[in-house]
Amino acid sequence: MSTTVDDLQAIADRVVAQAGAGEQIEAYVSRGGETAIRIYEGELEHFVSAQSEGVGIRVIKNGRTGFAYSGTLDPAAIAEVLADARDNVSFGTPDEFAGLAIPDGVAQIPQKFWDEELAGYPTDKKIALTKELEKLTLGIDDRVRVDEANYDDGWGEVAVATTTGIRESGRGNSCYVSVSTLADDEEETQTGFGFSVGDSPKDFNLQKAAREASERATRLLGATKPPSKRTTVVLDPYVTSQFISILSSTLNGENVAKGRSFFAERMGDQVADPRFTLVDDPTNPLAYTATDIDGEGLAARRNVLIENGVLKKFVHSSYSSRRMGTVSTGNATRGGFAGSPGVGCLAMQLVPGTHTQEELIAKVDDGVLIQMVSGLHSGVNPVSGDFSTGASGMLISNGTVGAPVREFTIASTLQRMLLDIVAIGGDVDWLPSRAHGMSLVIRDVTMSGT
Amino acid sequence: MTTRTESPLVEPDVIARVLAKGRSTGAEFSEIYVEDKRSTSAGLDDGKVEQVTSGRDRGAGIRVIAGDTTGFAHTSDLSERGLLAAAEAAAAAAKQGDGGVHTIALQPVFRHPVNTIVQFPDTVAKARKVELLQRADVAARGVHGAIVQVSAGYGDSIKKILIANSDGIFSADEQVRTLMRVSVIANGDAGMQTGYNSLGHTIGFEVFDENDVEELAIRAAQQAITKLQARPAPSGAMQVVIKQGSGGVLFHEACGHGLEADLVGKGSSVYRGKMGELVASPLVTVIDDGTMAGEWGAIGVDDEGHASQKNTLIENGILTDYMWDFIRARKEGRKQSGNGRRQSYADLPMVRMTNTFVTNGSEDPDDIIRATDHGVYVAKLGGGQVDTASGDFVFGMVEAYLIENGEITEPLREGNLIGNGPQVLKDIDLMGNDFAMGGPGTCGKDGQGVPVGDGCPTLRVKSMTIGGTAA
Repeated sequence: MSTTVDDLQAIADRVVAQAGAGEQIEAYVSRGGETAIRIYEGELEHFVSAQSEGVGIRVIKNGRTGFAYSGTLDPAAIAEVLADARDNVSFGTPDEFAGLAIPDGVAQIPQKFWDEELAGYPTDKKIALTKELEKLTLGIDDRVRVDEANYDDGWGEVAVATTTGIRESGRGNSCYVSVSTLADDEEETQTGFGFSVGDSPKDFNLQKAAREASERATRLLGATKPPSKRTTVVLDPYVTSQFISILSSTLNGENVAKGRSFFAERMGDQVADPRFTLVDDPTNPLAYTATDIDGEGLAARRNVLIENGVLKKFVHSSYSSRRMGTVSTGNATRGGFAGSPGVGCLAMQLVPGTHTQEELIAKVDDGVLIQMVSGLHSGVNPVSGDFSTGASGMLISNGTVGAPVREFTIASTLQRMLLDIVAIGGDVDWLPSRAHGMSLVIRDVTMSGT
Repeated sequence: MTTRTESPLVEPDVIARVLAKGRSTGAEFSEIYVEDKRSTSAGLDDGKVEQVTSGRDRGAGIRVIAGDTTGFAHTSDLSERGLLAAAEAAAAAAKQGDGGVHTIALQPVFRHPVNTIVQFPDTVAKARKVELLQRADVAARGVHGAIVQVSAGYGDSIKKILIANSDGIFSADEQVRTLMRVSVIANGDAGMQTGYNSLGHTIGFEVFDENDVEELAIRAAQQAITKLQARPAPSGAMQVVIKQGSGGVLFHEACGHGLEADLVGKGSSVYRGKMGELVASPLVTVIDDGTMAGEWGAIGVDDEGHASQKNTLIENGILTDYMWDFIRARKEGRKQSGNGRRQSYADLPMVRMTNTFVTNGSEDPDDIIRATDHGVYVAKLGGGQVDTASGDFVFGMVEAYLIENGEITEPLREGNLIGNGPQVLKDIDLMGNDFAMGGPGTCGKDGQGVPVGDGCPTLRVKSMTIGGTAA
């Protein structure tokens, strides 16, 4: 990484230096802090200011892996973590592919992750801008109340070291604001949300967040339950982002190796409409989850996964790549010091089309614009491909957006939806998510209502 | 039964000084929550024990309330210096003029004895925990040649908490949880299908004396095998029979969240202003019970130091109470209900469910199915999600069948069901007499996950929308 964090690196180095004969050790050390501000009815509802730190140690010996972590950097606790990880090794099943990442010579692409202005941004100004967001949101439509307006920022420092020669450290910070709304109309209440992200608060677009939060809630007032039928759906960028994120597990090399992906035997096949090109590119600084290294300390890189609808590549960590007889794609994931690395996409992006959402809708005779989906965790199975989610949005007829609808589901299978893509919008939105979004048109989806 | 006594996580005189520091800027309330959690987990996948993990999470959260403003800071440094620094940060955040000097007399709080632990998991050899995974793997693979993959996980935790506040509350709890889960994949002509089963209780390793790991795994495998023959679920509104146990998720989503006083207080619940009104079929009595021995959502005290309780929320269809935490109860001038919970010391408490369930009716479950001409039988529910303001909610069916002419017939593929909470509660027209609790759940709210239980008898909703693809 571009900036080094010497004290954390020294802790990681000290752990790794204790490796015995035939023992591989990885130490992941991190420290971070957060500020959370919530405004309600013009007043500060809560202010959270906190710091945390911890260490995770992975030990591999004779093909067996053990892991332990502790939420402190106290030297006695670190010694205990190493002892626990070593003890845990003896219970693993020997696996010839177990092991740490080995430096592969791929160069990191420098990016800026630390913003000095954010680091020094005064608390009273953070509170003031959150109050401003609430006020702006309330000023748009009389029917709208604000449930909560939030400011959140965080910073983190991390260092990783391994006996195989990985040695990386760095730091980053980020911030965002969000507002959730309630719109009332007699007996009915609908909800909306808006947010804005930035390197520092100067990047926030409070007006846009306020307008989206207000419109999302008011647009649904008077919504009815639609009749059931097969139709064309136009996914809002926010929904497309969620849809794309689901595909990560099907493109995960470890899932492929273990027979958990319906793409396992499909390399080189036409699995999506030819308009569909999906890349994973954490080196793109516009991506919210951009990074220069992966969860094992290898350089992050751009990988084309599906090109013109043809399946081209799975993403790999060092473990999954060894199993599959290939090389890591720099896609080890890590959920902080308390977890050992997994595999996954880091920053998913579709190659955009050229049309605006309005232009895409103009070509739909009969369909529905999907504003929100719910139950992605309960009604979508990435192993079988079954896809069914709750939804709300607006009906489309003869190219025009009409009446709001809610309390219905949209359903198909992931396999079919990829082939049934009709158009991809050019309205790219870099959302605070693992995948960016744009409007996406998919035909022949079942809408279930009355 | 084993009893263990240990020294407190933080000495009472230090706590008193930290609480006083919390009020030093004029706040009327300060609180300290100390947590020391040790956990062990083990995972088996693809026939191999991949990793055993040991974890330690330890720290304190200091909350200071002045007027309607809450200041909160947390630290992993449990020394007096570390705690005082956190208290100072929280106090600064909730600053309200000059607070003067406060002395606090701490009084121990009654802890509801929910956990009778026979065998603390930290006294059990890791090899025995790993062996459970291997037994599950063998059992699942033995069900059918079409089982192509098995993943199993074991986890236990011992979480000691200490909560004290400037109102004088001083309480402690030791929360023990033991869990096992099995995921299975079966492969057939129409692609892959999954099966899942889990068990979790707030007791120790003795949970495996009372529950058979092989049976857990076999059921997960059978679920996947059954689904290989599944046809697409129907699309549209029809009668839905929900099986006992995991069906409790329906109530967690349809009314549980909407009865949380923080959401009600902000006017983001459809159940606001409905106290004393008929909000459900008279067949429906909904209870949230943190004292339910051994269940996944059971707690001795909540995370604000109040003894857990059994609270009746809806009685014979009439809304009788919401669930309360400290802040909301204080605002309304009433007692809290033992529902103030948090994910960890690093999180603010809020109103959360514990074990939420619907009580027995009088129908024989077989009669409920026989009385249904055409509908869907949901044998196992997955998770769900609700928009509490509109009341619209979904839940997933991970094992479901068609009901035709009063009989369960073909298995169905997965999907969500969607409904509106108040409408679905009114549309419950048959309630069974076979109450059971479902498996362990994690409820997410505002980014925090807490362990919860759900339960219900077999019941029927006269109309719900099934989110499948078949006509």
